[in-house]
Amino acid sequence: MSSSAEQPPPGGPRAGFAPRLDQDEVDLDQPITPAGQHPPVQDWDTDFDHTVTEYAQNAPEVWRHYRESCPVAHTERFGGAWFPARHSDVEAIAHDTDHFSSRGVIVNDLGFRGQAPVGFAPPITSDPPFHQIARKLLLGPFSPKAVAALEPAARETCRSLLRDTIAAAEGSGGIVDAAQSYSQHIPVRVIARMLGLPESDGEVFRKFIHRILEKPGQVAVAPDDTMAAYLETAILERIAEPRDDLISYLAHADVDGVPLTPDHVFGSIALLLIAGIDTTWSAIGSSLWHLAQNPEHHERLRNDPEVWPFAIEEFLRYYAPVTMARVVEEPVTVNGAEMDPGDWVLLPFPSANRDSEAFDDAEEFVIDRKRNRHAAFGLGIHRCAGSNLARMELRVALKEWVDAVESFELASDDPDAVRWATGQVRGPRELPVRILAATAPEPT
Amino acid sequence: MRIQFERDACQGHNRCYLLAPEIFDVDDEGYAVLRIDGDLPPELEEKGRLAADNCPEYAITVID
Ligand code: HEM
Ligand code: SF4
Repeated sequence: MSSSAEQPPPGGPRAGFAPRLDQDEVDLDQPITPAGQHPPVQDWDTDFDHTVTEYAQNAPEVWRHYRESCPVAHTERFGGAWFPARHSDVEAIAHDTDHFSSRGVIVNDLGFRGQAPVGFAPPITSDPPFHQIARKLLLGPFSPKAVAALEPAARETCRSLLRDTIAAAEGSGGIVDAAQSYSQHIPVRVIARMLGLPESDGEVFRKFIHRILEKPGQVAVAPDDTMAAYLETAILERIAEPRDDLISYLAHADVDGVPLTPDHVFGSIALLLIAGIDTTWSAIGSSLWHLAQNPEHHERLRNDPEVWPFAIEEFLRYYAPVTMARVVEEPVTVNGAEMDPGDWVLLPFPSANRDSEAFDDAEEFVIDRKRNRHAAFGLGIHRCAGSNLARMELRVALKEWVDAVESFELASDDPDAVRWATGQVRGPRELPVRILAATAPEPT
Repeated sequence: MRIQFERDACQGHNRCYLLAPEIFDVDDEGYAVLRIDGDLPPELEEKGRLAADNCPEYAITVID
């Protein structure tokens, strides 16, 4: 690590804004020769791969097997990566920023690891002491009190989506895709409004995110079709003329009078776009998947307001969507696994959340669980900066759904009818359900 | 019963503020602020325990 606490962050003039990465860095969103689809896994203990369909469809079983008998899996894929499945190991690694760097948080084929301590998308790719500087800039707009002001608009978004979804169901024997027609749009619209980007560009955002999160380094990208190109235009417009949105705020932010570098501005905005969409979409979708199969929980939510604060945290624990990653900086041993500098280490918060060493009845969904120190939003200094927003979106999305949809079920008995995302963010991308009884909500 | 809050361990998960707003506030960056320094009134004891039991960073301890 090269910078020290006293050093000001690297600053730069805003004129001539041109976010570009160093020559030797590879950006997952840049034009690349794709490595292509991966071959099937031979052995889950020694050849694991979280980017193949088999993992996406069966991840909870894979984690259980690791926790009980592995407990740190390995693969030569991605240039070498580890998968510590137990809560105690995940917690220790998340708190140990000396041995484990955040300069790479998405395990990929191209070996992309950014430069410590700033990284490609601060603060998620930053290490101390720079991390705290970049993080502080984001905490205000995402604090509980700031997020509360966004709730009425989020509720109206959910209601309008529900009106469309229920109308579509009426014309199709009740069958709709809850992920495609409902859950995916909520975080897109909320974050688009905060950033000041058109809500109608959701399709474009999802394309960028799919390439980065689901098949990192495996899909070809055309030069003019990158997230960098898209965001650069938006940033330049706001440098010229600030508006009342988060892009303008970051483009004009400074630290102790020193403006942020263009790469920092771009990276943080890219992060807000990437970090908030598939994650929240996944959390809402998994919760609906659960309710479709557990009508007694659906009933409980419809009738018992007291259970909500506990139920939301239990959805987050049991269906935690996000697995993060670190890069090993110094030789270190984790539960018998000898890790070398440059190795990838996945941080499977979802597996930690189902560890019986850390939770009573860990593999059971307990809707009113009273003791729940879940790690869905991470542990340590990188705790999800958007957690208050994500929690609000999850609560409002479920409340509006449960109020409007009196009864629903999965459309098919075939588990493969529900398609789970590959990669480090897990949730249903296709979720066909049959709505049995519903009342479309009125506009607020 | 009183609450011991370790600000250095707090990462702003805000579980305490959601479960026990009578005992915890949040600052503008979303970190917890303990509102009651001494003994908790009896009617808040259960909420105090809930907050301690749900803090992912073990920043809250109940002292009986
Ligand atoms: C249910 C939804 C979400 C989940 C489960 C989730 C999960 C996580 C996790 C586990 C981390 C820790 C990363 C690490 O340890 O390296 C993280 C970081 C982060 N998340 Fe989220 N997230 C969600 C939604 C959001 C939203 C809506 C936003 C904002 C738009 C957001 C913004 C961020 C940011 C900025 C960081 C980096 C914080 C730092 O490095 O200091 N997330 N998230
Ligand atoms: S729950 Fe713990 S980490 Fe979260 S704000 Fe409260 S004290 Fe801080």
